[in-house]
Amino acid sequence: MLDARQITVDYGRTRILHAVDFTAWPGRVVAIVGPNGSGKTTLMRALTGEAEYGGQVTLSGHDIAAAKPWDLAAIRGVLPQATPLAFPFTVVEVVRLGLSRGVAAADTGLIGQALARVGLSGFEGRFYQELSGGEQQRVQLARVLAQVWQPVENGTPRWLFLDEPVSALDIGHQLQVMQIARDYADAGGGVVAVMHDLNLTAIFADQVALISRGHILGQAAPADILRDDLLSRAYDCAVRVNTAPASGTFILPHAARMAAE
Amino acid sequence: MQDIEAAAHLPGDRSRQARALSGLLLVLLGFAALLSLGTGASGVSLGAAAKSLVTAQELSPRDRIVLFDIRLPRMVMGVLVGAALAVSGAVMQGLFRNPLADPGLVGVSAGAGLGAITAIVLGGLLPASAAALFGYYLVPVAAFFGGWATTLILYRVSTRRGRTSVATMLLAGIALGALAGAVQGILVYVADDAQLRTLTFWGMGSVAGATWSKVLAAAPLICLALATAPFLARGLNALALGEAAAAHIGIPVQRLKNTAILMVAGAVGAAVAVSGGIGFVGIVVPHLLRLVVGPDHRFLLLNSALLGAALLLCADVISRTIIAPAELPIGIVTAVLGGPFFLWILLRQRGLLDM
Repeated sequence: MLDARQITVDYGRTRILHAVDFTAWPGRVVAIVGPNGSGKTTLMRALTGEAEYGGQVTLSGHDIAAAKPWDLAAIRGVLPQATPLAFPFTVVEVVRLGLSRGVAAADTGLIGQALARVGLSGFEGRFYQELSGGEQQRVQLARVLAQVWQPVENGTPRWLFLDEPVSALDIGHQLQVMQIARDYADAGGGVVAVMHDLNLTAIFADQVALISRGHILGQAAPADILRDDLLSRAYDCAVRVNTAPASGTFILPHAARMAAE
Repeated sequence: MQDIEAAAHLPGDRSRQARALSGLLLVLLGFAALLSLGTGASGVSLGAAAKSLVTAQELSPRDRIVLFDIRLPRMVMGVLVGAALAVSGAVMQGLFRNPLADPGLVGVSAGAGLGAITAIVLGGLLPASAAALFGYYLVPVAAFFGGWATTLILYRVSTRRGRTSVATMLLAGIALGALAGAVQGILVYVADDAQLRTLTFWGMGSVAGATWSKVLAAAPLICLALATAPFLARGLNALALGEAAAAHIGIPVQRLKNTAILMVAGAVGAAVAVSGGIGFVGIVVPHLLRLVVGPDHRFLLLNSALLGAALLLCADVISRTIIAPAELPIGIVTAVLGGPFFLWILLRQRGLLDM
């Protein structure tokens, strides 16, 4: 499992995270939600060892502050928000970056599989820099998937850390990418995703951690976190959570009340 | 096995072309080497040169000296310096994630030059035992430290949170180059006549004065640096994604950066120590290769070494024939070819520079 205890992160003199606890398990999609500047991405950066933090993060028994980068890379892939590339790599060359050292020639079939998974078959020879933002995001997801293709390897679960994986995507590809995350968890892998879209969170997450101003207001099943009172407090605006018979929970900003204030 | 490779070949995978290009460049380098051996003021011909490689005895003593003590060390030096400059350009560009990073442009060569000049001017102050210890290597080693310090400062100044600012890098390079130039000026001011003579010849940027002892002084550092380069390839590829993403796919980023900076300093230091400042090889060669077979460093570094060596040999041939029997310093040739090329890259990269 992923266990983060008393995580504190400072940028300069500003404290971004105040002794936060966070847990995730293989087989589940755990979403981190919260308003802009609440510390979602910072928490993600601490969980992946990218930001300096106080406290302790353990991933499948590895203390990530002490673990070797290649040991961590073998068990978890990280999708950043946006990845500009310095040089004109083709799509295939970008995805291949995710393959580890010494992958046999036959395994390059994985590149095609990963691209097919994100719906980018036929984009192999295109230049990454000439793709749209959403296509670039999916190429990067294919790269991350190629890195940890099997959700469970030798009995050890692997992990996907996704920082706003659908931020640049249209609704169809949002669903496609969230389904990839869902399937990864259903196959035994762990997924931690920073999410902006509360409706997608309600549909795809098993657990939701709600962050506001560097504190976690709660981490529990979506129904226990996506509530009028908690969301309104965290996002500082009136929010109403509804349920529809077919699709489950959906969240709407309460326009009338906002206008009244 | 062939079936698997055929099945695994994807459009957009340029590794085959890159490998084929290596073969082509090797042939080109062979021709350039023969051309370099067969061209010069003394009129020993290419045919005689080729034949002499097989049977050294058939040549007159004078021609043998021309070939084996003048042209051959000059050719070897050209290969070493060209490969060193092109590969360090490619490695720096990978490290800085920017196609404009060139040792000559961003002050690394100036820093290495400062090291070299310091050794030439102040080397006499060393105790005899220390001077004997370093021998021929004093100037290259000092140039190495100068280049290393400059690259280190440059990286620290221009990189924040794993992202390199292009503008800061180029501006910091100008500042560092100016600073190194100023200190060089002071050293020239205090130098005595004999040292001034050495400095003048050194500063012309040329492989004309190549001797076997100079080749031997530069070869160990350059060969060591070139031998390190292949181990950097995968890391430099990953670094194109940014430092954080590179770490996430298993690259020990700090170690990679340290090694790359040492490699560049070693190659540039040794090259500058023996040939002065030869500009633009480090920017033109990798850029051309990226256009043709892409930025994958697993092929880019080797191909840069081959093309850099071939290009420098050709530039050297031009430098000694265009106003024969006099010689144009090779630095002028590479600048005339490379300057417009650099402007062209700038035009293509304008969007990037606005960052």
